[in-house]
Amino acid sequence: MITSEKYVLNMGPQHPSTHGGMHLETIMDGEFIDDVIVHLGYDHRSVEKIAESRTYIQFIPYASRLDYLSSNLPTMAYCQAVEKLMQIEVPERAEYIRVIMGELNRIASHLLFVGSLCQDVGATTGLAYCMREREKILNLIEMTGGQRMLSSYMRIGGVSDDLPPEFFPAVKAFLDGVPNMLKEFNGLISGNEILQGRLKDVGVISKEEAIAWSLSGPNLRAAGVPYDIRKEEPYGIYDRFDFEIPTADYCDCWNRYLMRIEEMEQSARIVRQALEGLPEGEFRTKIPRILKPEKGAEVYYRIEGAKGELGFYILSDGTEKPKRLHVRAPSFINLMVLPIISKGERFQDLICNIATLDPVLGECDR
Amino acid sequence: MNPLIQTLQEAFPEKVEAVEVSNYPTVKIAAADLVAIMQYLKDEQNFDYLANLCSIDYPEEDAFEIVYFLHSLKEREKRIQVKVRTAHNRPEVPSITAVYPGANWQEREEYDLMGITFTDHPNLVRVLLPDNFEGHPLRKDFKGVNVKP
Repeated sequence: MITSEKYVLNMGPQHPSTHGGMHLETIMDGEFIDDVIVHLGYDHRSVEKIAESRTYIQFIPYASRLDYLSSNLPTMAYCQAVEKLMQIEVPERAEYIRVIMGELNRIASHLLFVGSLCQDVGATTGLAYCMREREKILNLIEMTGGQRMLSSYMRIGGVSDDLPPEFFPAVKAFLDGVPNMLKEFNGLISGNEILQGRLKDVGVISKEEAIAWSLSGPNLRAAGVPYDIRKEEPYGIYDRFDFEIPTADYCDCWNRYLMRIEEMEQSARIVRQALEGLPEGEFRTKIPRILKPEKGAEVYYRIEGAKGELGFYILSDGTEKPKRLHVRAPSFINLMVLPIISKGERFQDLICNIATLDPVLGECDR
Repeated sequence: MNPLIQTLQEAFPEKVEAVEVSNYPTVKIAAADLVAIMQYLKDEQNFDYLANLCSIDYPEEDAFEIVYFLHSLKEREKRIQVKVRTAHNRPEVPSITAVYPGANWQEREEYDLMGITFTDHPNLVRVLLPDNFEGHPLRKDFKGVNVKP
């Protein structure tokens, strides 16, 4: 038997397939990966420390820069966490608007997942199709918050402004196009034999391991655990909507990809229902200019983010600034399994593993 | 009182203190009992999912507090928050990576940013900041760094 010497192959920090600044030190045994050492922190902005010197309201834009691909979801999580801490009631209309914008942003995030996965495996056409659809959602987000990606539309007590009149025909046009879009994706991307060959049986993690490593979101559901916080502890008004949680029973890259495709359909379903039930009324409740939660009050509030369980731990010391704010970043914790699922596989499979774990480095490094 | 905390107190007499602080049923325990209680919660109480782990600096009380949020994927409504305190001058708690492997990077993060040592951790090195960084930014007495060209 021929023995080979192990060698190190560096990937990143500047590399399109790491989806941001991330350095992977892969230890190769010939053609196969022996270990992956993940070096993070290239996008570390010390958001948790910054939070300690900002008032509760001032922190909202920082939350939108965590998961910048679905900025309405982290800002919503943060605002709802503060509302929970201060027992602020949110008007009905604002709750519906939050669901609409959050789910649209989830679709946008999953679209970029599919697009970047296609690009990483060399199917550049797929990226163009996904970007075309994502553009429509970014236009909708621009109508509400003014910004396309880093929208700070969510506010403590509601949302910053009412939905503009031009929003409704545009969102209807987008939703009407969703079945066709998914059909197109299934034909062009899911039905592609080369893509299936690249993704099937790659990066497998068992159900028990997935739970033990605290995997969350679509990655956990691909392993056969129907765990979605929108269903488990319906925050906001999620208990009013009728939707399904897509699951698979084998957590390989292929199923992790399929979860996103199916989730887009379910998210579109929720948006349709929310638009139908959208009530008239206030979009924001009046809150004090300076928020001072009770001394020692603490909350751990979690929502189903686009990447998984997105949680905010906030501890108040009775002043206008939090004593401690911690973000439970799903990307950070999901990325932990990368060395485990990549061991013994080829380098090309590592690319698929990163893409299907779907880390966003802004949230990962915070 | 929450029945879960009651069972926990019966299993570990005089070692579990119940407190009401957050939206989670909360217990305070000593660092020495941490691994045993975590193992009990995982094996006997079906808490198989570590949701979150973070730490808080209490300079005025001369302590660090580490909080763990546990959930159960088998009995979905179950949840608990576990709090552990450690001294400010020598912050050290046992690592729970043997019970919950998912604590690995989260403990590394607290080591990195708060400077808490987790004993028996398989690979306790900085995760976000560079290896030669001095100090721990999330501590309240952290003064910032002078950036030299």
